[in-house]
Amino acid sequence: MIRKSRSNGQAVQTAAPKRWHLRLYVAGQTPKSVAAFANLQRICEEHLAGEFEIEVIDLIENPRLAKDDQIVAIPTLVRKLPEPVRKIIGDLSDMERTLVGLQLRTSRI
Amino acid sequence: MPKCQTGIQGLDEITGGGLPLGRPTLVCGGAGCGKTLLGIEFLVRGALLHNEPGVFLAFEETAEELAQNVASLGFDLADLIEHKQLAVDYVHIERSEIDETGEYDLEGLFIRLGHAIDSIGAKRVVLDTLETLFSGLPNVTILRAELRRLFRWLKEKGVTAVITAERGDGALTRHGLEEYVSDCVLLLDHRVEGQISTRRLRIVKYRGSSHGTNEFPFLIDEGGISVLPITSLQLQHKASSERISSGVPALDAMLGGPGFFRGSSVLVSGTAGVGKTSLACHAADACCQRGERCLFFAFEESEAQLLRNMRSIGLDLGPWVKQGLLRFHTGRPTMNGLEMHLASIHKQVEAFGPHLVVVDPITNFISAGTATEASSMLMRLVDYLKSREITALLTNLNHVASAVEQTDMGISSLIDTWLFLQDIELNGERNRGLHILKSRGMAHSNQVREFLLTDRGVQLTEVYLGPEGVLTGSARLAQESKEKSTEVLRGLEIERKRRDLARRQQALEAQIAVLQLQFQTEEEELKRDIAGEQAFVEQQEQGRHEMARSRKADSNGHPGSPKRARK
Repeated sequence: MIRKSRSNGQAVQTAAPKRWHLRLYVAGQTPKSVAAFANLQRICEEHLAGEFEIEVIDLIENPRLAKDDQIVAIPTLVRKLPEPVRKIIGDLSDMERTLVGLQLRTSRI
Repeated sequence: MPKCQTGIQGLDEITGGGLPLGRPTLVCGGAGCGKTLLGIEFLVRGALLHNEPGVFLAFEETAEELAQNVASLGFDLADLIEHKQLAVDYVHIERSEIDETGEYDLEGLFIRLGHAIDSIGAKRVVLDTLETLFSGLPNVTILRAELRRLFRWLKEKGVTAVITAERGDGALTRHGLEEYVSDCVLLLDHRVEGQISTRRLRIVKYRGSSHGTNEFPFLIDEGGISVLPITSLQLQHKASSERISSGVPALDAMLGGPGFFRGSSVLVSGTAGVGKTSLACHAADACCQRGERCLFFAFEESEAQLLRNMRSIGLDLGPWVKQGLLRFHTGRPTMNGLEMHLASIHKQVEAFGPHLVVVDPITNFISAGTATEASSMLMRLVDYLKSREITALLTNLNHVASAVEQTDMGISSLIDTWLFLQDIELNGERNRGLHILKSRGMAHSNQVREFLLTDRGVQLTEVYLGPEGVLTGSARLAQESKEKSTEVLRGLEIERKRRDLARRQQALEAQIAVLQLQFQTEEEELKRDIAGEQAFVEQQEQGRHEMARSRKADSNGHPGSPKRARK
């Protein structure tokens, strides 16, 4: 199940803006979407502990939001922050590629 | 098969009523051939004419760019969007900012499209150009599966869709979209021949419907797309028996009196400078005098130049222009391609509603296309005008004076009345001759007339036909004066003879008078003599009588007068 929460479980730090702002677009509870959310959360907790915020947008509920980030494929992960904006499409099952896509392989501190 | 009227001029005619209703249609063609425009016009016309809202999913242009691009065609997209007649969604995939990991589908696209359709209750959808997805998304297997799903989904939605695609090498589309869209495929083409471009449209397939298989020329102008179907192949024109004057009474007489048939096609051909335009202007003048409208396409002279030149032969067309009965449309033939010309003529005719259309000259159309194209274009033009019962007067420049019966474009069969103006070169001068090569449906003169441009307009005179052949110009004048002087001489001779006769008569009369006088004299003399003799006789008688009386002789005793004695 996808928890439609802006929090990553570290409620203490919600006041301050996170360094990483990730937005995941899904369309209902499809297996791909569920897998993508699970994969994303695992990666974030592993690599960006405490510094990330995940926003899940279900396009079936809010179809008009698809326009803003030019969403065509589902699921799509959008890295809003840090800039520049990056998009990763797919269920994020390939962790290596996801890390490259998020530019965590090179930008990791 | 139920169809969806596109509202695009001519397209519904050649597709037999429009695109397949509720199904996708593929429109393919090279860059700049008008695919996007066809799509947007399909939506705009649908919204305006059929009250069917439409969704435009733009993969190549933003909504603003699109609105700007079609504003020049008179399409106000912003207004349509405001009235919920149109929704434009710009779908953009930036390949450089996208990575791919694992499984995905294009549900996002479906949701966007579905949302757009539902938000305005769209009946029509245009996807322009769907193929850009191939450059944006790397996984072709997923993409193909999703496209197949998309077309099925569109059908389920019941929308009439137009999908545009780039033309590929040796295939209709670069990425084989024709595989998925099998109901109707239109191919657009934009060819340049001799630096002049012509757009063409062909229906490659249309499942479950009969359709024209030809390439139909179409054009894009300020009113959008017009496809020009060759409707003319039917030959079902009405034929008017009303006759209208050619503006030259002598020519009317040659045509058997009243002039041309209304709605007929008249060709005036001839070599350079023989007066084709002047003849055409006469017809225009006559048309305006009847209170009818005339549309004059001049492809060689500007309006001002034409008016000036016509004034020099005493034809003032200026007032007709002011009264709005005469309208000129001038331009170089190479300004447009042939189809553009045809469409522009169509448009002008529709707008002005003329009774007479003059095209001066048609020859130059060849320079705007090939001879075949020109011939086909003229055929459609003539047929179009005929179908509206508009008299057409075309002029044609023949380059070779000798090739009388050969028109460059072989359009003679389309022509009802063919006037031929020709140069007659004789004795070091050029003169113009006019004859009627043919005139369907009327008795016409077979004579060659001399065609004179005078300050009172075109005049036709009888040419001199003598043992030396046809004489024109000064040769005719010379012959005429020769004839005249002979006539004068003859007149003088007669006069002389008459005078001679009178003189003779006078002489005779004088003679008679003299003789009479002589006779009178003689008569008088003779009478006098007779009288003298009588007097003498009487005197003698008297003397004898007196003598007898004095002798108291018996009257019977007189031997000299027995009668008297018997008395």
